[in-house]
Amino acid sequence: MVQILVDSQPNTVSSLNVNNLNCQRGYNQLFSELSFKVNAGDILRITGTNGSGKTSLLKILAGLNAPEEGEITLDKHSVKSDEYQSEVFYLGHLSALSAELTSIENLEFLTGLNKSIDQHLLVKALTQVGLKGYEDEYCAKLSAGQKRRVILAGLFVSNAKIWLLDEPFTALDPHGVKIVEDRISKHCAQGGLCLFTTHQDSALPDQKVLAL
Amino acid sequence: MTIYLQTLKRDLRVAIRNPSSVLNPLLFFIISVSLFPLAISPEASVLKEIAAGIIWVASMLAVLLSLNALFHHDFENGVLEQMVTSHHSLPLLILSKITAHWILTGIPIILLSPLLGLFLFLDSESVKVLMLTLLLATPSLSLIGAIGASLIVGIKNSGMLLSLLILPLYIPILIFASSAVSQAQFGLDITGQLYFLATILVVSIMTTPFVSALALKISLE
Repeated sequence: MVQILVDSQPNTVSSLNVNNLNCQRGYNQLFSELSFKVNAGDILRITGTNGSGKTSLLKILAGLNAPEEGEITLDKHSVKSDEYQSEVFYLGHLSALSAELTSIENLEFLTGLNKSIDQHLLVKALTQVGLKGYEDEYCAKLSAGQKRRVILAGLFVSNAKIWLLDEPFTALDPHGVKIVEDRISKHCAQGGLCLFTTHQDSALPDQKVLAL
Repeated sequence: MTIYLQTLKRDLRVAIRNPSSVLNPLLFFIISVSLFPLAISPEASVLKEIAAGIIWVASMLAVLLSLNALFHHDFENGVLEQMVTSHHSLPLLILSKITAHWILTGIPIILLSPLLGLFLFLDSESVKVLMLTLLLATPSLSLIGAIGASLIVGIKNSGMLLSLLILPLYIPILIFASSAVSQAQFGLDITGQLYFLATILVVSIMTTPFVSALALKISLE
């Protein structure tokens, strides 16, 4: 119960600062001296060819990988701090779902890991992503697009301010893409930040572009 | 604390719905112990002497067999990434996964041991000591094993590597535990061994989740 009280306090973030970031994978220098700033309300689309370091950048921002050099701060909080980590929702290439669990059981666990108070809204979130009636379906039986929708439902109920989405539109049909785009717009209109990568054309208005 | 119980519940649920991963090490445990009388001798006097050693070696190998799966599935489906990026303490999440592992492997081994003990002609006093040593030491096996499991996450066909990493760390437990049982058979005092096993357990609980968390972060990079 204590946790719910803490989480429900209104929280705002102002900007995510990336300073002089260097990333090396094996012998390849993916990017160097990368600096940018993302303010609350910004949508940043990261573009680049295959292997240019889009996923590596998102993983560094999520705290999964350590950069060779450089500094990442969210309003003075470093990437390793709890304040930073609790504001981040990272959506990677993998489904993050266990095949043995149902959609709703998977979401209960994932939302427990991330910062969210709206667990009772999970069914509603599943309806929102077009999976009404699939609450008790085992994830092993879902299609790739449906799995993507389940994890997106988890993103939608999260209270994290920073969304790091790696190819969020993969396997989604045009209608699904539209749902995600609308939700990203809404999230950023409410003072959130969103960084995402995609190879598809995105109709999101006011998006900034970072080319790697 | 909530997240500890949530993770525990989730892991147990996943295991119950995919029982083969839990049952395989236990079947291995039962089968390997029951083969010894056939191979060596069905004589009570012979079996009685080696019973504790056999059961302890078999349970250690059974735990080792089950450790591969500890983080493997969560790594493959991406849940591990979510656990690392979570703002909850990673060592706590790992401790919860280890607890689930012990409930699914350690407890069944403890419960099966009296049956296998009687099967190898252990007297009831020695069976009690055997169960006590297993109770004290199987949690340590899961805890120490988690370090190895988190180091090899993401490496294909790593079963052999895991054994090489972990078995040397298991040796002290094996020595103290089996000597406790064999000394008890002669009516000797075994408090020393039990204290050692308890010490290993306490030190493991305090340190291994942190080491394992560190190893997992390195493996995920």
